[in-house]
Amino acid sequence: MKNTGLWIRTAIIVAITLVGIYLVFGPRHSPTSSDFSYQGIKDNLAKNINLGLDLKGGSHLVMRVKTDDYLKTLTENNAQAALTAAQDAKLPATSNSITAENGKYVVGIVVSDPAQSQSVIDEVKKKVDLSNWTESLDGNTITWSLPAQTQEVLKRQAVDQALKIIESRINAFGVKEPTLQKHGAESSGQILLQMPGVDDPERVKNLIGAESNLALMKIVSPPNPSPVTTYPTEDAAKQSLGGTIPPNRRILPYSERDEPTNATATDPNKQTKYVVVEYPAIVDGSELREANAISRTGSDRDFEIGFSLKPAGAAKFGDWTGKNIGNYMAVALNNEVKSAAYIKGQIFDQGQISGRFTKASAEDLALTLKSGALPAKIEYQEERTVGPSLGADSIRAGVEASVGGMIFVIIFMLFYYRGAGVNAVVALLLNMLLTMAALITIKSTLTLPGIAGLILGIGMAVDSNVLIFERIREELGAGKAVESAIEQGFDRAFITIIDTHITTILSSAILYLYGSGPIRGFAVTLVLGLLINLFSAVFVSRTIFMWVLERKTKMESLSI
Amino acid sequence: MLEIFKSINVDWMGLRKPLIFLSIAVLLIGLGSAVGRQFTEGGTDAFNLGVDFQGGTVVTAKFKQRPAADEIRSALQSVGVTEAVIQDSTDKTDEVLIKVPNLGKRDECPNIDEASRCFVKKGLDTFGKEAEGATALKDDEAAVYKIVGTDTVGPVASEQLRNQAIIATLLGMVGILLFIAFRYDWTYAAGAVIAVFHDVLITLAFFSVFQWEISLTVLAALLTLVGFSVNDSIVIFDRIRENLTLHRGESLYKLTNQSINQTMSRTIVTNGLVFLAVLALVLFGGEVLRGFSLALFVGSITGTYSTIAIASPIAIWWQSKLGDSRVKEVLVPQTGEKLASSARRSVTRRPVTR
Repeated sequence: MKNTGLWIRTAIIVAITLVGIYLVFGPRHSPTSSDFSYQGIKDNLAKNINLGLDLKGGSHLVMRVKTDDYLKTLTENNAQAALTAAQDAKLPATSNSITAENGKYVVGIVVSDPAQSQSVIDEVKKKVDLSNWTESLDGNTITWSLPAQTQEVLKRQAVDQALKIIESRINAFGVKEPTLQKHGAESSGQILLQMPGVDDPERVKNLIGAESNLALMKIVSPPNPSPVTTYPTEDAAKQSLGGTIPPNRRILPYSERDEPTNATATDPNKQTKYVVVEYPAIVDGSELREANAISRTGSDRDFEIGFSLKPAGAAKFGDWTGKNIGNYMAVALNNEVKSAAYIKGQIFDQGQISGRFTKASAEDLALTLKSGALPAKIEYQEERTVGPSLGADSIRAGVEASVGGMIFVIIFMLFYYRGAGVNAVVALLLNMLLTMAALITIKSTLTLPGIAGLILGIGMAVDSNVLIFERIREELGAGKAVESAIEQGFDRAFITIIDTHITTILSSAILYLYGSGPIRGFAVTLVLGLLINLFSAVFVSRTIFMWVLERKTKMESLSI
Repeated sequence: MLEIFKSINVDWMGLRKPLIFLSIAVLLIGLGSAVGRQFTEGGTDAFNLGVDFQGGTVVTAKFKQRPAADEIRSALQSVGVTEAVIQDSTDKTDEVLIKVPNLGKRDECPNIDEASRCFVKKGLDTFGKEAEGATALKDDEAAVYKIVGTDTVGPVASEQLRNQAIIATLLGMVGILLFIAFRYDWTYAAGAVIAVFHDVLITLAFFSVFQWEISLTVLAALLTLVGFSVNDSIVIFDRIRENLTLHRGESLYKLTNQSINQTMSRTIVTNGLVFLAVLALVLFGGEVLRGFSLALFVGSITGTYSTIAIASPIAIWWQSKLGDSRVKEVLVPQTGEKLASSARRSVTRRPVTR
């Protein structure tokens, strides 16, 4: 052969095509004979292509962690802890103030004797972690404010923590192959959760958003054998405290448990009473080590949650129960007393939350308790659910229409451009194959807009071939020899193709950078399709022409 | 050699005034529809925005025996949902799309995130039981319907999506403007970008007049037609640029006509194929792709049209104002024969319009 360049070109094309075929249809395990059967190839194809939720069905949730609430709670807790710390040390701190709005988070402590301010500061800082807060002293008011930078850090930590907790909850729930990641801008606090195959996300959502603030608290009541003191209304409870609630007391609702014999009647609003409890709690949810749903009678409607405490919590709890035999203790969940019982003897690390739970709700509750409390509430901003059947239908309709369009294009190209039409068809099929292979390589998911991008890429591929062929025809019409007509047709059309491709790639790249989920899917496939097109429509198509020229040294006419 | 479109010789630029008038007429109809709808008593909004951009919930429900739209509407009204839009699924007779705005929680549906779906379910429950969980509708004899898909977008997310879409599109156009200015000239860049704007606006006019729903996939289609429209303009600009170097001294008016005529056969083949492929999508692509297909359908026509009627006349008009036919010299590969006869670089002033 006189042209080694042609052989090199051909070798490159064959190699790339083989790699493409392997990536799209090849198995990711050591091949067996079944991988070469029709069914085997089909299975491998389905395994290799990562279909988006809109095509295979599933739930897509975008949620936001209410990071502002998180900082607000943090400010409130610190303010309370700071006042308690100062008062415990018998220092003249009279009241605290809290600012938590418009990006300002300030803890204030008022001291009646300004001379003692420094000792109050020292005492507070010993007990409360305020190291990242900016401290300032103005007359008899000490303030700690949270700098904007620290706010961002804390918000990010809250989102990270929420992400971890949500992950442990959905993993324990058994969602298969979930995608869980931060979403949108760093400061947005958004989290994206995708769950393939889940078409009823309600239970998962409830589970994710569930609060689980467990607290074991002392009830203000005379000890056993007198019954636990309850109040019929919140106001009555307040009256017993002299009209205002002091910082170390809380009033919580208490729904008395139904008798197990009456287990079918469910009225959650039945007999809500109120109790007064001591604050802070003896032990809270962060000391929890294990929680399980257990059935007392084996019936589905009579589940409760058994829990055990971590060593530090257990020591605290054991100490307290040892000193408070006969007193009443409340098991409060999310600021609602689930059960009130007197302490029969010293308990260290075991307890129960009774209340007539169903099996599912007890299991979910145990799960949320175990995974810990979310740093702040979350809200849902976007929810998309596609049932697996809807997904399958839309993929079928889209694919059928596209394949129909493709077949039409191929027939037209063969009819209109004759021999050269074969080039176009080879280039088109190669473009499709390699675009799929590229999508698989970068592990991108194929969504419905993605298929649209794929179709457009194919449209541009057709255009490239048409541009080249029309140009060659023009050059032939101008009376040029076949060889130079082909050469100039390609060279001249290449300039146009480059310009059109770069423009579209440029605008797609911008779409990718600034667009969101579905737009990105579109941009990715389009950019890949266009890049590959520069190879398939120009390089490959030209190589085929070169082969045609090679076979006949003196060519009079060209089938185009 | 099969050539359908040979030696076309049309004075396209002479048609520019009636063509531009036609564009303006369509745009005015669109504007009239958009503005008129907002001010008419009981009228709808300018555009039929999908939940992606407006917030709300779309529930896709599959029935064994599909009730009529009015029955569904009154069923929903009975549970307090008054603003429901009931839409038939065009490709599946047993499915119906129910679109409701973001509803506040009420006692019956205490979970704010689920409120809309929950209300729709309550309404549909008046027809009978839903096949719940993983049970398929046909496997559950007692059930009469099943919710097969929901789409909920909250108010914050929809605003975010809308803004993001607009910003991304505008930035994309700036990118196109800069690139064409760099490769050709500012006059061409302006022509192409105005043509693209024109195409997007015409397509939106159709969406307003016919109240087709604008969702995220329609946005993808708009972006696509932007790409196609620019692609078309560039093919012709590229030919004008080439002709300018080959035929120095010829008027730009004549060269533009010549360039459009020379590329006409490519224009018809490519755009004809795209048009037919899009037609296949419109007819057989299914409900999910409907908005996308319709936008591309309009776009594939207007994209071709605007290159001839908008982009080229603007470039010529501006250059005539400058009294100069400027365009960057193209680097024609030196392949021997005399295509690359662009060595002479003397002419700077020459008549550009007739």
